Amino acid sequence: MHSLIRLVILLAAVPVVSGAAVHATQPDRNAQALSVMKTSFQAKGQAGMDRLNQDKTQALCSLHAPAAPPAEPTAKVVAANLASIKLPADGKFLGDWKRGQAIAEEGTGEQYSDDPAKPSGGNCYACHELDKQQIAYGTIGPSLYRYGKNRGSSEPILKLTWDMLYDMKGYAVCTAMPRFGSKGILTEQQIKDVMALLFDPDSPVNK
Amino acid sequence: MKVKSRQLMWWLAIGGAAASSFAASLVWAQSDSGSDPVAEYRAMFGDDNPAALWVMRGQGLWQEVRGPKHVALATTCDLGMGKGIIKGAYAHLPRYFADTRKVQDLDTRLLTCMVKGQGLDQAEILKNRFGDGDRKSDIEALAAYIVDASQGVPINLPMQHPEEKRAYELGKAIFFYRAGTHDFSCASCHGQSGKRIRLQSLPDLATAGKDARDTYTTWPAYRVSQGEVRTMEWRIGDCFRQQRLPELKYGSEAAIDLTMFLAKNAEGGKMAAPGLKR
Ligand code: HEC
Ligand code: HEC
Repeated sequence: MHSLIRLVILLAAVPVVSGAAVHATQPDRNAQALSVMKTSFQAKGQAGMDRLNQDKTQALCSLHAPAAPPAEPTAKVVAANLASIKLPADGKFLGDWKRGQAIAEEGTGEQYSDDPAKPSGGNCYACHELDKQQIAYGTIGPSLYRYGKNRGSSEPILKLTWDMLYDMKGYAVCTAMPRFGSKGILTEQQIKDVMALLFDPDSPVNK
Repeated sequence: MKVKSRQLMWWLAIGGAAASSFAASLVWAQSDSGSDPVAEYRAMFGDDNPAALWVMRGQGLWQEVRGPKHVALATTCDLGMGKGIIKGAYAHLPRYFADTRKVQDLDTRLLTCMVKGQGLDQAEILKNRFGDGDRKSDIEALAAYIVDASQGVPINLPMQHPEEKRAYELGKAIFFYRAGTHDFSCASCHGQSGKRIRLQSLPDLATAGKDARDTYTTWPAYRVSQGEVRTMEWRIGDCFRQQRLPELKYGSEAAIDLTMFLAKNAEGGKMAAPGLKR
Protein backbone atom coordinates (compact mmCIF):
# COMPACT_ATOMS: atom_id res chain seq x y z
CA MET A 1 0.00 0.00 0.00
CA HIS A 2 1.77 3.10 -1.23
CA SER A 3 0.17 5.50 1.27
CA LEU A 4 1.33 3.37 4.16
CA ILE A 5 4.83 3.24 2.76
CA ARG A 6 4.80 7.00 2.35
CA LEU A 7 3.74 7.42 5.95
CA VAL A 8 6.46 5.12 7.24
CA ILE A 9 9.07 7.04 5.25
CA LEU A 10 7.70 10.30 6.62
CA LEU A 11 7.90 9.03 10.19
CA ALA A 12 11.46 7.83 9.71
CA ALA A 13 12.79 10.88 7.91
CA VAL A 14 11.30 13.84 9.76
CA PRO A 15 12.94 14.79 13.07
CA VAL A 16 10.44 14.72 15.92
CA VAL A 17 8.85 18.11 16.49
CA SER A 18 6.78 18.34 19.62
CA GLY A 19 3.20 19.58 19.36
CA ALA A 20 3.85 22.09 22.14
CA ALA A 21 6.70 23.76 20.27
CA VAL A 22 4.49 24.19 17.22
CA HIS A 23 1.79 25.86 19.29
CA ALA A 24 4.27 28.19 20.94
CA THR A 25 5.55 29.62 17.67
CA GLN A 26 2.25 30.21 15.86
CA PRO A 27 -1.21 31.16 17.07
CA ASP A 28 -3.71 28.34 16.65
CA ARG A 29 -5.47 29.33 13.47
CA ASN A 30 -8.00 26.51 13.95
CA ALA A 31 -9.25 28.19 17.14
CA GLN A 32 -9.46 31.52 15.32
CA ALA A 33 -11.37 30.00 12.41
CA LEU A 34 -13.77 28.23 14.77
CA SER A 35 -14.61 31.38 16.72
CA VAL A 36 -15.58 33.19 13.50
CA MET A 37 -17.47 30.17 12.18
CA LYS A 38 -19.51 29.83 15.37
CA THR A 39 -21.08 33.25 14.70
CA SER A 40 -21.37 32.69 10.95
CA PHE A 41 -23.41 29.48 10.76
CA GLN A 42 -26.78 28.22 11.91
CA ALA A 43 -27.99 24.66 12.42
CA LYS A 44 -30.08 23.35 9.54
CA GLY A 45 -31.69 19.98 8.92
CA GLN A 46 -29.42 17.21 10.12
CA ALA A 47 -26.35 19.52 10.20
CA GLY A 48 -26.07 20.83 13.76
CA MET A 49 -23.55 23.40 15.01
CA ASP A 50 -21.52 20.56 16.60
CA ARG A 51 -20.28 19.75 13.09
CA LEU A 52 -18.04 22.84 13.28
CA ASN A 53 -15.96 21.27 16.07
CA GLN A 54 -12.88 19.39 14.90
CA ASP A 55 -11.72 15.99 16.03
CA LYS A 56 -7.96 15.32 16.37
CA THR A 57 -7.47 14.22 12.76
CA GLN A 58 -9.26 17.26 11.37
CA ALA A 59 -7.38 19.66 13.66
CA LEU A 60 -4.00 18.13 12.82
CA CYS A 61 -4.60 18.27 9.07
CA SER A 62 -5.91 21.87 9.16
CA LEU A 63 -3.32 23.49 11.38
CA HIS A 64 -0.40 23.19 8.97
CA ALA A 65 -2.21 22.87 5.64
CA PRO A 66 -1.27 22.94 2.87
CA ALA A 67 1.95 21.67 4.50
CA ALA A 68 2.01 18.13 5.94
CA PRO A 69 1.68 17.89 9.73
CA PRO A 70 4.69 17.16 11.96
CA ALA A 71 5.51 13.51 12.58
CA GLU A 72 4.96 12.98 16.29
CA PRO A 73 1.35 14.09 16.72
CA THR A 74 0.63 12.42 13.35
CA ALA A 75 1.75 9.01 14.61
CA LYS A 76 -0.67 9.23 17.56
CA VAL A 77 -3.58 10.31 15.37
CA VAL A 78 -2.88 7.52 12.87
CA ALA A 79 -2.77 4.95 15.68
CA ALA A 80 -6.10 6.16 17.06
CA ASN A 81 -7.71 5.97 13.61
CA LEU A 82 -6.42 2.43 13.09
CA ALA A 83 -7.74 1.46 16.53
CA SER A 84 -11.23 2.66 15.60
CA ILE A 85 -11.57 0.14 12.77
CA LYS A 86 -14.13 -2.63 13.39
CA LEU A 87 -14.00 -5.78 11.32
CA PRO A 88 -17.30 -7.30 10.12
CA ALA A 89 -19.01 -9.09 13.01
CA ASP A 90 -19.56 -12.32 11.00
CA GLY A 91 -16.05 -12.27 9.50
CA LYS A 92 -17.43 -11.92 5.94
CA PHE A 93 -15.96 -9.03 3.94
CA LEU A 94 -18.06 -9.29 0.78
CA GLY A 95 -21.71 -8.40 0.15
CA ASP A 96 -23.63 -7.78 -3.08
CA TRP A 97 -21.77 -5.87 -5.84
CA LYS A 98 -25.00 -4.61 -7.45
CA ARG A 99 -26.06 -2.90 -4.25
CA GLY A 100 -22.45 -1.73 -3.91
CA GLN A 101 -22.60 -0.06 -7.29
CA ALA A 102 -25.73 1.88 -6.31
CA ILE A 103 -23.95 3.01 -3.11
CA ALA A 104 -20.89 4.07 -5.10
CA GLU A 105 -23.09 6.14 -7.47
CA GLU A 106 -25.13 7.80 -4.72
CA GLY A 107 -23.88 11.28 -3.87
CA THR A 108 -26.33 12.35 -1.19
CA GLY A 109 -25.99 11.87 2.54
CA GLU A 110 -25.25 14.02 5.60
CA GLN A 111 -25.90 17.37 3.86
CA TYR A 112 -28.57 19.58 5.47
CA SER A 113 -30.48 19.29 2.20
CA ASP A 114 -30.58 15.47 2.43
CA ASP A 115 -33.30 13.31 3.97
CA PRO A 116 -31.77 11.86 7.17
CA ALA A 117 -34.09 8.85 6.96
CA LYS A 118 -32.43 7.73 3.70
CA PRO A 119 -29.13 5.81 3.90
CA SER A 120 -26.09 7.85 2.82
CA GLY A 121 -24.26 7.15 -0.40
CA GLY A 122 -20.52 6.50 -0.72
CA ASN A 123 -20.15 8.79 -3.74
CA CYS A 124 -17.05 6.83 -4.83
CA TYR A 125 -17.49 7.91 -8.49
CA ALA A 126 -17.14 11.55 -7.39
CA CYS A 127 -13.43 10.87 -6.82
CA HIS A 128 -12.60 7.54 -8.52
CA GLU A 129 -12.84 5.85 -11.89
CA LEU A 130 -14.31 2.42 -11.14
CA ASP A 131 -15.36 0.88 -14.43
CA LYS A 132 -15.46 1.64 -18.14
CA GLN A 133 -19.24 2.21 -18.35
CA GLN A 134 -19.47 5.23 -16.08
CA ILE A 135 -17.51 8.03 -17.74
CA ALA A 136 -18.75 10.73 -15.33
CA TYR A 137 -16.15 9.97 -12.68
CA GLY A 138 -13.89 12.32 -10.73
CA THR A 139 -10.12 12.31 -10.41
CA ILE A 140 -9.38 13.34 -6.81
CA GLY A 141 -8.53 9.70 -6.00
CA PRO A 142 -6.70 7.02 -8.07
CA SER A 143 -8.50 4.82 -10.60
CA LEU A 144 -9.95 1.69 -9.02
CA TYR A 145 -10.58 -0.02 -12.35
CA ARG A 146 -9.72 -3.74 -12.07
CA TYR A 147 -9.04 -3.27 -8.36
CA GLY A 148 -9.80 -6.90 -7.40
CA LYS A 149 -8.61 -8.43 -10.65
CA ASN A 150 -5.17 -6.84 -10.22
CA ARG A 151 -4.76 -7.64 -6.54
CA GLY A 152 -6.63 -10.93 -6.09
CA SER A 153 -8.83 -11.49 -3.05
CA SER A 154 -6.58 -13.07 -0.46
CA GLU A 155 -7.50 -12.49 3.19
CA PRO A 156 -4.79 -9.82 3.78
CA ILE A 157 -5.87 -7.86 0.68
CA LEU A 158 -9.52 -8.02 1.72
CA LYS A 159 -8.66 -6.92 5.25
CA LEU A 160 -6.46 -4.02 4.09
CA THR A 161 -9.16 -2.77 1.73
CA TRP A 162 -11.82 -3.09 4.44
CA ASP A 163 -9.58 -1.03 6.74
CA MET A 164 -9.11 1.67 4.12
CA LEU A 165 -12.83 1.98 3.44
CA TYR A 166 -13.51 2.00 7.16
CA ASP A 167 -10.86 4.60 8.00
CA MET A 168 -8.50 5.78 5.26
CA LYS A 169 -7.04 8.25 7.75
CA GLY A 170 -5.35 5.32 9.51
CA TYR A 171 -3.29 4.96 6.31
CA ALA A 172 -2.97 8.42 4.78
CA VAL A 173 -3.79 10.77 7.61
CA CYS A 174 -4.70 13.90 5.62
CA THR A 175 -6.20 12.20 2.56
CA ALA A 176 -9.33 13.69 0.96
CA MET A 177 -11.10 10.32 1.28
CA PRO A 178 -13.79 10.27 4.00
CA ARG A 179 -13.72 7.76 6.89
CA PHE A 180 -16.78 5.80 5.85
CA GLY A 181 -16.86 3.42 8.81
CA SER A 182 -15.40 5.46 11.69
CA LYS A 183 -17.58 8.46 10.88
CA GLY A 184 -20.68 6.31 10.45
CA ILE A 185 -21.30 7.45 6.86
CA LEU A 186 -21.84 3.87 5.64
CA THR A 187 -23.17 0.89 7.61
CA GLU A 188 -21.25 -2.36 7.93
CA GLN A 189 -23.54 -3.93 5.31
CA GLN A 190 -23.00 -1.02 2.89
CA ILE A 191 -19.22 -1.36 3.22
CA LYS A 192 -19.54 -5.10 2.46
CA ASP A 193 -21.54 -4.27 -0.66
CA VAL A 194 -18.93 -1.74 -1.84
CA MET A 195 -16.20 -4.32 -1.10
CA ALA A 196 -18.03 -6.74 -3.41
CA LEU A 197 -18.08 -4.04 -6.10
CA LEU A 198 -14.27 -3.89 -5.85
CA PHE A 199 -13.63 -7.66 -5.67
CA ASP A 200 -16.45 -9.66 -7.28
CA PRO A 201 -15.30 -11.11 -10.64
CA ASP A 202 -18.77 -10.27 -12.07
CA SER A 203 -18.55 -6.62 -11.01
CA PRO A 204 -17.97 -4.13 -13.87
CA VAL A 205 -14.91 -2.95 -11.91
CA ASN A 206 -13.15 -6.21 -12.83
CA LYS A 207 -14.29 -6.50 -16.44
CA MET B 1 -22.85 43.92 -21.65
CA LYS B 2 -24.31 43.50 -25.12
CA VAL B 3 -27.25 41.34 -26.04
CA LYS B 4 -28.66 40.78 -29.48
CA SER B 5 -32.17 42.15 -29.34
CA ARG B 6 -33.70 38.97 -30.80
CA GLN B 7 -32.45 36.90 -27.90
CA LEU B 8 -33.37 39.53 -25.37
CA MET B 9 -36.93 39.53 -26.73
CA TRP B 10 -36.96 35.77 -26.43
CA TRP B 11 -35.85 35.86 -22.82
CA LEU B 12 -38.35 38.58 -21.97
CA ALA B 13 -41.09 36.66 -23.73
CA ILE B 14 -40.62 33.27 -22.06
CA GLY B 15 -40.61 34.74 -18.57
CA GLY B 16 -39.75 33.01 -15.31
CA ALA B 17 -41.65 29.74 -15.53
CA ALA B 18 -40.50 28.80 -18.99
CA ALA B 19 -36.95 29.82 -18.19
CA SER B 20 -36.80 27.61 -15.13
CA SER B 21 -38.23 24.58 -16.89
CA PHE B 22 -35.67 25.14 -19.62
CA ALA B 23 -33.01 25.24 -16.93
CA ALA B 24 -34.45 22.09 -15.34
CA SER B 25 -34.23 20.25 -18.64
CA LEU B 26 -30.55 21.16 -18.84
CA VAL B 27 -29.91 19.76 -15.38
CA TRP B 28 -31.68 16.61 -16.39
CA ALA B 29 -29.69 16.39 -19.61
CA GLN B 30 -26.50 16.84 -17.65
CA SER B 31 -27.08 14.07 -15.16
CA ASP B 32 -28.42 11.82 -17.88
CA SER B 33 -25.70 12.10 -20.49
CA GLY B 34 -22.85 13.75 -18.62
CA SER B 35 -22.79 16.56 -21.20
CA ASP B 36 -22.09 20.20 -20.40
CA PRO B 37 -25.17 22.42 -20.04
CA VAL B 38 -23.16 25.59 -20.59
CA ALA B 39 -22.00 24.19 -23.95
CA GLU B 40 -25.60 23.21 -24.75
CA TYR B 41 -26.71 26.68 -23.80
CA ARG B 42 -24.08 28.25 -26.07
CA ALA B 43 -25.13 25.97 -28.92
CA MET B 44 -28.70 27.28 -28.58
CA PHE B 45 -28.12 30.93 -27.82
CA GLY B 46 -24.55 31.79 -28.79
CA ASP B 47 -22.50 33.79 -26.34
CA ASP B 48 -25.38 35.92 -25.12
CA ASN B 49 -25.63 35.83 -21.37
CA PRO B 50 -29.11 36.12 -19.87
CA ALA B 51 -27.42 38.01 -17.00
CA ALA B 52 -27.98 41.05 -19.28
CA LEU B 53 -31.56 41.09 -17.99
CA TRP B 54 -30.31 41.29 -14.40
CA VAL B 55 -27.91 44.08 -15.41
CA MET B 56 -30.83 46.06 -16.87
CA ARG B 57 -33.02 45.55 -13.82
CA GLY B 58 -30.09 46.39 -11.55
CA GLN B 59 -29.49 49.64 -13.41
CA GLY B 60 -33.12 50.59 -12.81
CA LEU B 61 -32.85 49.78 -9.09
CA TRP B 62 -29.59 51.74 -8.80
CA GLN B 63 -31.05 54.87 -10.36
CA GLU B 64 -34.57 54.76 -8.90
CA VAL B 65 -35.52 56.97 -5.95
CA ARG B 66 -36.73 54.38 -3.43
CA GLY B 67 -37.57 53.74 0.21
CA PRO B 68 -38.83 55.94 3.07
CA LYS B 69 -35.82 58.22 2.69
CA HIS B 70 -36.59 58.91 -0.98
CA VAL B 71 -33.06 58.64 -2.30
CA ALA B 72 -31.39 56.80 -5.16
CA LEU B 73 -28.38 54.52 -4.61
CA ALA B 74 -26.80 56.31 -7.58
CA THR B 75 -26.49 59.47 -5.47
CA THR B 76 -25.99 58.03 -1.97
CA CYS B 77 -24.30 54.62 -2.07
CA ASP B 78 -20.53 54.48 -1.58
CA LEU B 79 -19.03 51.16 -2.69
CA GLY B 80 -15.55 52.34 -1.80
CA MET B 81 -14.87 54.61 -4.79
CA GLY B 82 -17.07 57.53 -3.70
CA LYS B 83 -20.83 58.06 -3.74
CA GLY B 84 -22.53 56.62 -6.79
CA ILE B 85 -19.29 55.44 -8.45
CA ILE B 86 -19.55 51.89 -9.73
CA LYS B 87 -16.79 51.66 -12.33
CA GLY B 88 -14.12 49.35 -10.91
CA ALA B 89 -15.85 49.12 -7.51
CA TYR B 90 -16.18 45.33 -7.52
CA ALA B 91 -12.49 44.86 -8.39
CA HIS B 92 -11.51 46.54 -5.10
CA LEU B 93 -13.86 44.63 -2.80
CA PRO B 94 -14.02 43.36 -0.07
CA ARG B 95 -12.67 46.37 1.81
CA TYR B 96 -12.98 48.16 5.13
CA PHE B 97 -15.70 50.81 5.41
CA ALA B 98 -15.26 53.45 8.12
CA ASP B 99 -19.01 54.14 8.51
CA THR B 100 -19.90 50.54 9.38
CA ARG B 101 -16.45 49.76 10.86
CA LYS B 102 -16.54 46.49 8.97
CA VAL B 103 -14.93 44.72 6.08
CA GLN B 104 -17.75 44.27 3.56
CA ASP B 105 -18.27 42.43 0.29
CA LEU B 106 -20.60 43.74 -2.42
CA ASP B 107 -23.71 42.03 -1.04
CA THR B 108 -23.35 43.38 2.49
CA ARG B 109 -22.36 46.84 1.28
CA LEU B 110 -25.46 47.01 -0.93
CA LEU B 111 -27.52 45.94 2.07
CA THR B 112 -26.04 48.80 4.11
CA CYS B 113 -26.88 51.27 1.32
CA MET B 114 -30.45 50.02 0.98
CA VAL B 115 -31.19 49.76 4.71
CA LYS B 116 -29.25 52.71 6.20
CA GLY B 117 -29.30 54.91 3.09
CA GLN B 118 -32.76 54.31 1.64
CA GLY B 119 -34.52 53.12 4.78
CA LEU B 120 -35.70 49.86 3.18
CA ASP B 121 -36.60 46.89 5.37
CA GLN B 122 -33.66 44.52 5.82
CA ALA B 123 -35.79 41.44 6.55
CA GLU B 124 -37.83 42.08 3.41
CA ILE B 125 -34.67 42.35 1.24
CA LEU B 126 -33.13 39.25 2.78
CA LYS B 127 -36.27 37.18 2.22
CA ASN B 128 -35.50 37.40 -1.50
CA ARG B 129 -31.71 37.37 -1.27
CA PHE B 130 -31.62 34.39 -3.65
CA GLY B 131 -34.05 34.90 -6.52
CA ASP B 132 -36.29 32.00 -7.50
CA GLY B 133 -38.44 32.21 -10.62
CA ASP B 134 -40.93 35.04 -10.20
CA ARG B 135 -39.50 36.13 -6.84
CA LYS B 136 -36.53 38.16 -8.02
CA SER B 137 -33.63 39.28 -5.83
CA ASP B 138 -32.81 42.99 -5.79
CA ILE B 139 -29.30 42.24 -4.55
CA GLU B 140 -28.60 39.82 -7.41
CA ALA B 141 -29.81 42.38 -9.96
CA LEU B 142 -27.77 45.20 -8.42
CA ALA B 143 -24.72 42.93 -8.17
CA ALA B 144 -24.99 42.06 -11.88
CA TYR B 145 -25.20 45.76 -12.82
CA ILE B 146 -22.33 46.79 -10.57
CA VAL B 147 -19.96 43.98 -11.50
CA ASP B 148 -20.65 44.63 -15.19
CA ALA B 149 -19.19 48.12 -14.69
CA SER B 150 -15.86 46.51 -13.69
CA GLN B 151 -15.38 44.54 -16.93
CA GLY B 152 -11.67 44.60 -17.78
CA VAL B 153 -10.60 46.17 -14.49
CA PRO B 154 -7.82 44.20 -12.73
CA ILE B 155 -8.55 42.99 -9.20
CA ASN B 156 -6.59 45.03 -6.71
CA LEU B 157 -7.52 45.10 -3.04
CA PRO B 158 -6.64 48.01 -0.76
CA MET B 159 -5.40 45.59 1.99
CA GLN B 160 -4.06 48.47 4.12
CA HIS B 161 -6.42 48.44 7.10
CA PRO B 162 -5.62 45.94 9.88
CA GLU B 163 -9.19 44.62 9.65
CA GLU B 164 -8.62 43.82 5.95
CA LYS B 165 -5.45 41.91 6.75
CA ARG B 166 -7.22 40.12 9.57
CA ALA B 167 -10.08 39.14 7.25
CA TYR B 168 -7.60 37.65 4.77
CA GLU B 169 -5.80 35.61 7.46
CA LEU B 170 -9.09 34.32 8.86
CA GLY B 171 -10.32 33.53 5.36
CA LYS B 172 -7.21 31.44 4.82
CA ALA B 173 -7.70 29.59 8.12
CA ILE B 174 -11.33 28.87 7.23
CA PHE B 175 -10.34 27.70 3.74
CA PHE B 176 -8.10 25.01 5.25
CA TYR B 177 -10.42 24.19 8.19
CA ARG B 178 -11.50 20.57 8.01
CA ALA B 179 -14.65 19.52 9.83
CA GLY B 180 -17.92 17.63 9.56
CA THR B 181 -18.83 14.04 8.81
CA HIS B 182 -16.61 13.90 5.68
CA ASP B 183 -13.53 15.76 7.06
CA PHE B 184 -13.68 18.19 4.10
CA SER B 185 -12.25 21.69 3.91
CA CYS B 186 -12.45 23.96 0.87
CA ALA B 187 -8.95 22.67 0.09
CA SER B 188 -10.17 19.04 -0.13
CA CYS B 189 -11.89 19.96 -3.39
CA HIS B 190 -10.04 23.13 -4.43
CA GLY B 191 -6.46 22.43 -3.33
CA GLN B 192 -4.98 21.21 -6.61
CA SER B 193 -5.29 22.14 -10.25
CA GLY B 194 -6.60 19.79 -12.93
CA LYS B 195 -8.84 17.64 -10.70
CA ARG B 196 -12.56 17.11 -11.07
CA ILE B 197 -15.57 15.77 -9.17
CA ARG B 198 -17.63 13.64 -11.56
CA LEU B 199 -17.25 15.83 -14.67
CA GLN B 200 -17.13 19.22 -12.93
CA SER B 201 -13.62 20.59 -12.97
CA LEU B 202 -12.35 21.90 -9.66
CA PRO B 203 -10.25 25.06 -9.77
CA ASP B 204 -7.28 25.39 -7.41
CA LEU B 205 -8.39 28.23 -5.15
CA ALA B 206 -5.81 27.67 -2.42
CA THR B 207 -3.01 29.57 -4.13
CA ALA B 208 -2.68 32.71 -6.23
CA GLY B 209 -2.68 31.83 -9.91
CA LYS B 210 -4.61 31.33 -13.12
CA ASP B 211 -7.32 29.07 -11.64
CA ALA B 212 -8.01 31.53 -8.83
CA ARG B 213 -8.13 34.46 -11.29
CA ASP B 214 -10.30 32.73 -13.90
CA THR B 215 -12.77 31.73 -11.17
CA TYR B 216 -13.04 34.93 -9.16
CA THR B 217 -13.24 37.23 -12.20
CA THR B 218 -16.30 35.39 -13.55
CA TRP B 219 -18.53 35.83 -10.46
CA PRO B 220 -21.31 36.94 -9.98
CA ALA B 221 -22.60 34.64 -12.71
CA TYR B 222 -25.75 33.44 -14.44
CA ARG B 223 -26.26 29.80 -13.42
CA VAL B 224 -27.88 27.97 -16.32
CA SER B 225 -29.04 25.16 -14.01
CA GLN B 226 -30.93 27.64 -11.81
CA GLY B 227 -31.93 30.32 -14.29
CA GLU B 228 -30.68 32.99 -11.87
CA VAL B 229 -27.70 35.25 -11.34
CA ARG B 230 -25.80 34.22 -8.22
CA THR B 231 -23.14 36.06 -6.23
CA MET B 232 -20.07 34.69 -4.40
CA GLU B 233 -22.15 34.61 -1.18
CA TRP B 234 -24.39 31.97 -2.77
CA ARG B 235 -21.47 30.00 -4.24
CA ILE B 236 -19.62 29.76 -0.94
CA GLY B 237 -22.80 28.88 0.96
CA ASP B 238 -23.57 26.03 -1.43
CA CYS B 239 -20.04 24.64 -1.18
CA PHE B 240 -20.34 24.64 2.64
CA ARG B 241 -23.50 22.58 2.19
CA GLN B 242 -21.49 20.05 0.14
CA GLN B 243 -18.90 20.19 2.89
CA ARG B 244 -21.65 18.84 5.22
CA LEU B 245 -21.46 21.87 7.52
CA PRO B 246 -24.48 23.73 8.91
CA GLU B 247 -25.93 26.67 6.95
CA LEU B 248 -23.67 29.64 6.26
CA LYS B 249 -25.47 32.83 7.28
CA TYR B 250 -25.78 35.32 4.46
CA GLY B 251 -23.40 38.25 4.92
CA SER B 252 -21.65 36.58 7.84
CA GLU B 253 -18.05 37.21 8.77
CA ALA B 254 -16.91 33.78 7.50
CA ALA B 255 -18.44 34.51 4.06
CA ILE B 256 -16.63 37.83 3.81
CA ASP B 257 -13.31 36.50 5.14
CA LEU B 258 -13.35 33.67 2.59
CA THR B 259 -14.24 36.09 -0.21
CA MET B 260 -11.27 38.22 0.84
CA PHE B 261 -8.98 35.18 0.62
CA LEU B 262 -10.33 34.20 -2.83
CA ALA B 263 -10.12 37.80 -4.10
CA LYS B 264 -6.53 38.21 -2.92
CA ASN B 265 -5.50 35.00 -4.70
CA ALA B 266 -7.12 36.40 -7.86
CA GLU B 267 -5.30 39.75 -7.83
CA GLY B 268 -4.18 40.95 -11.24
CA GLY B 269 -6.99 39.05 -12.99
CA LYS B 270 -9.24 41.25 -15.11
CA MET B 271 -12.92 41.21 -14.18
CA ALA B 272 -15.08 39.43 -16.77
CA ALA B 273 -18.39 39.14 -14.92
CA PRO B 274 -21.27 38.51 -14.95
CA GLY B 275 -20.09 35.07 -16.02
CA LEU B 276 -22.00 32.07 -17.33
CA LYS B 277 -21.90 28.86 -15.27
CA ARG B 278 -23.39 25.40 -15.25
C1 HEC C 1 -13.51 12.93 -1.66
C2 HEC C 1 -12.73 11.99 -2.38
C3 HEC C 1 -12.92 10.50 -2.24
C4 HEC C 1 -14.07 9.77 -2.09
C5 HEC C 1 -15.51 10.27 -2.02
C6 HEC C 1 -13.66 8.38 -2.07
N1 HEC C 1 -12.30 8.29 -2.18
FE1 HEC C 1 -11.20 6.57 -2.22
N2 HEC C 1 -9.47 7.65 -2.30
C7 HEC C 1 -9.41 9.02 -2.39
C8 HEC C 1 -8.00 9.41 -2.41
C9 HEC C 1 -7.46 10.84 -2.50
C10 HEC C 1 -7.25 8.23 -2.31
C11 HEC C 1 -5.73 8.06 -2.25
C12 HEC C 1 -5.33 7.86 -0.83
C13 HEC C 1 -4.18 8.76 -0.44
O1 HEC C 1 -4.47 9.93 -0.13
O2 HEC C 1 -3.04 8.33 -0.48
C14 HEC C 1 -8.21 7.13 -2.27
C15 HEC C 1 -7.86 5.78 -2.20
C16 HEC C 1 -8.75 4.72 -2.26
C17 HEC C 1 -8.38 3.32 -2.26
C18 HEC C 1 -6.96 2.77 -2.23
C19 HEC C 1 -6.46 2.71 -3.64
C20 HEC C 1 -5.11 2.05 -3.77
O3 HEC C 1 -4.78 1.66 -4.90
O4 HEC C 1 -4.41 1.95 -2.79
C21 HEC C 1 -9.55 2.60 -2.31
C22 HEC C 1 -9.69 1.09 -2.35
C23 HEC C 1 -10.63 3.56 -2.34
N3 HEC C 1 -10.11 4.82 -2.31
C24 HEC C 1 -11.96 3.22 -2.41
C25 HEC C 1 -13.03 4.12 -2.31
C26 HEC C 1 -14.42 3.73 -2.27
C27 HEC C 1 -14.93 2.32 -2.43
C28 HEC C 1 -15.14 4.89 -2.09
C29 HEC C 1 -16.62 5.05 -1.87
C30 HEC C 1 -17.26 4.25 -0.89
C31 HEC C 1 -14.19 5.98 -2.08
N4 HEC C 1 -12.93 5.47 -2.20
C32 HEC C 1 -14.55 7.32 -1.95
C33 HEC C 1 -10.47 9.90 -2.43
C34 HEC C 1 -11.81 9.55 -2.29
C1 HEC D 1 -17.12 18.29 -1.65
C2 HEC D 1 -16.51 19.11 -2.63
C3 HEC D 1 -16.39 20.60 -2.44
C4 HEC D 1 -16.05 21.32 -1.33
C5 HEC D 1 -15.70 20.79 0.06
C6 HEC D 1 -16.03 22.72 -1.72
N1 HEC D 1 -16.36 22.84 -3.03
FE1 HEC D 1 -16.39 24.57 -4.14
N2 HEC D 1 -17.05 23.52 -5.75
C7 HEC D 1 -17.27 22.15 -5.80
C8 HEC D 1 -17.82 21.78 -7.09
C9 HEC D 1 -18.21 20.38 -7.54
C10 HEC D 1 -17.92 23.00 -7.84
C11 HEC D 1 -18.46 23.17 -9.25
C12 HEC D 1 -19.94 23.28 -9.07
C13 HEC D 1 -20.72 23.51 -10.31
O1 HEC D 1 -20.19 23.57 -11.40
O2 HEC D 1 -21.93 23.65 -10.13
C14 HEC D 1 -17.43 24.05 -6.96
C15 HEC D 1 -17.34 25.39 -7.33
C16 HEC D 1 -16.77 26.40 -6.56
C17 HEC D 1 -16.53 27.76 -7.00
C18 HEC D 1 -16.83 28.30 -8.41
C19 HEC D 1 -15.85 27.73 -9.38
C20 HEC D 1 -16.00 28.28 -10.79
O3 HEC D 1 -15.38 27.69 -11.69
O4 HEC D 1 -16.68 29.26 -10.99
C21 HEC D 1 -15.98 28.44 -5.94
C22 HEC D 1 -15.55 29.89 -5.92
C23 HEC D 1 -15.89 27.50 -4.83
N3 HEC D 1 -16.37 26.27 -5.25
C24 HEC D 1 -15.40 27.81 -3.58
C25 HEC D 1 -15.40 26.92 -2.50
C26 HEC D 1 -15.10 27.30 -1.13
C27 HEC D 1 -14.70 28.70 -0.68
C28 HEC D 1 -15.22 26.18 -0.36
C29 HEC D 1 -15.16 26.03 1.12
C30 HEC D 1 -16.08 26.81 1.87
C31 HEC D 1 -15.57 25.09 -1.26
N4 HEC D 1 -15.69 25.58 -2.53
C32 HEC D 1 -15.73 23.76 -0.85
C33 HEC D 1 -16.99 21.24 -4.80
C34 HEC D 1 -16.61 21.57 -3.51
